[in-house]
Amino acid sequence: MTGEAALEAVIEARCLRKSFAAAEVVRGIDIAVPRAHCFGLLGPNGAGKTTIILMLLGQSPLTSGSLEVFGQPMPAAGRTVRGRMGVVPQIDNLDPDFTVAENLRVYGSYFGLEANVIAARIQNLLEFVALSDRAESRIDTLSGGMKRRLTIARALINDPELLVLDEPTTGLDPQARHMIWARLRDLRQSGKTLVLTTHYMEEAERLCDEVVIIDQGRILAQGSPPALIRQYVEPEVLELRGDKADIGSLFDDVPGSRVETIGDTVYCYMHDAKSVDQLLQRAPKLSFLRRPANLEDVFLAITGRELRD
Amino acid sequence: MTSGYDLRLPRLRSSALTVWRRNVLVWRKLITPSLLINFGEPLLYLLGLGYGLGLFIGDMAGLPYLTFLASGIVASSAMNTASFEGMYSVFTRMVPQRTYESMLATPIDVDDIIAGEMIWCATKSTISGTAILLVASILGAVEEWRAVAAIPVMFVTGLCFAGPAIVMTAISKSYDFFNYYFTLVVTPMFILCGVFYPVSTLPAALQSVVQFLPLTHAVALVRPLMAGLEPQSVLVHLAVLLAYALASYYLAVVLVRRRLVV
Ligand SMILES: Nc1ncnc2c1ncn2[C@@H]1O[C@H](COP(=O)(O)OP(=O)(O)OP(=O)(O)O)[C@@H](O)[C@H]1O
Ligand SMILES: [Mg+2]
Repeated sequence: MTGEAALEAVIEARCLRKSFAAAEVVRGIDIAVPRAHCFGLLGPNGAGKTTIILMLLGQSPLTSGSLEVFGQPMPAAGRTVRGRMGVVPQIDNLDPDFTVAENLRVYGSYFGLEANVIAARIQNLLEFVALSDRAESRIDTLSGGMKRRLTIARALINDPELLVLDEPTTGLDPQARHMIWARLRDLRQSGKTLVLTTHYMEEAERLCDEVVIIDQGRILAQGSPPALIRQYVEPEVLELRGDKADIGSLFDDVPGSRVETIGDTVYCYMHDAKSVDQLLQRAPKLSFLRRPANLEDVFLAITGRELRD
Repeated sequence: MTSGYDLRLPRLRSSALTVWRRNVLVWRKLITPSLLINFGEPLLYLLGLGYGLGLFIGDMAGLPYLTFLASGIVASSAMNTASFEGMYSVFTRMVPQRTYESMLATPIDVDDIIAGEMIWCATKSTISGTAILLVASILGAVEEWRAVAAIPVMFVTGLCFAGPAIVMTAISKSYDFFNYYFTLVVTPMFILCGVFYPVSTLPAALQSVVQFLPLTHAVALVRPLMAGLEPQSVLVHLAVLLAYALASYYLAVVLVRRRLVV
């Protein structure tokens, strides 16, 4: 990172650790999130992403290390910091006793905002997340995507400088996901700092200026998505599906290629996938896909392919 | 800190009223059925028990039985209402609804949540107690205007029972647990603390035990106020109720912190 003053850190964690009775789940995390950046926390299930976010909110005391948000120590400065922050939790916790608009109004009151300030924001926020026509709906009549959009609107009611989103698009259809991506890009453009976790590497690649890949509470890799792709995998990938016998030792002689087999699919990472066109003609029964390497390839290369829980 | 307790003294702030206001807004949506229950239940008690039993009993401890019973029911209803709200409703907001989790992402702290909930429980106690007071006065069981002084007593009684109820909520895994508290704590007080008959008729040993139970003190304040008499030892009774409220507030804050701020 360059030493420019513009890169003032909104979040700065040093050697952050968290233990529960059973185990240490965050094991020495160092991160710095500059203002107006979108920062992604990636990692398999149980990696410690939500735990880190709860520490950011001051909802979970640190076991050791230090954590500053807006230059203030957490969790000591929790109340002040949360006033300048918006949170989209992993599990929806909209208030089922209220309608859509009332949810925003009541949540706004938790920040001590004046009723007229809240009222003025509600309309804009509902428009922003395309829920204007559902203002009077009960929460249990909303679809999963609408609930998620409302949760995002709710996180913006205090006009926060920092927005923290824990899996904002999990379980949503492509339409809803694209709409949320567009909104998050708008927010980033408007100068807000974003921190998000996601299991969708495409999402991280589209939105994040920088990501960290965490596993078992440790950072395994850090950087911008294109830099990580350059660093950890070959630029092109050939996916082959078909009989093992047909694939056989097809790639044994391709220089600089790396082959992984998962089930009936072979992933061949290489520098120039065109170079194997001739090879492929020798095995006409194989179906194949040639594509540029992406963040998911990096993620799998770094965290392995075993299932987590 | 991870598995220990955060024992710092809670701080009272205006954010508590924000939590209280949320509950008022929800209550307002269901105001008609709520009030129907608030008025219907005591009407049933006072007409059924007060008139029915009163015919046989006549006077109790120098008061008409209807007045005696009505004042006991005012106090016990404050207890019941706060206990019920502090357990079932608070548990609903804490666990399935995750309402507190959403509040804790804002400048609201556990201190504010518990204070707000206790004030809300006490508000509901006051509403139900006042409803009974009204019904009782319509039935002619209230002596004079002094009875309005029972209204703040209902509030303090509500605070006193809200805290222990929230303590139970903080340590319970499910709603089932609350049955024990009602059976082992609330019902015995309802029966022993002078709601239906004077405490002085209990065996001596039991009388001294009953002096430690807060409902006894709530009844001792409400009864003379409704009967048009001068209440005795007001400060002692209030001190007992407030001591229960404060101690249980602190305990509830510590236990809820441990449950929600992990
Ligand atoms: N309150 C708790 N008590 C004990 N262990 C916990 C607690 N909260 C989380 N853990 C454990 O800490 C580890 C990290 O959990 P965390 O929720 O932070 O993971 P995550 O990266 O958010 O996972 P996911 O992608 O599934 O949401 C897990 O092993 C989890 O079981
Ligand atoms: Mg998580």
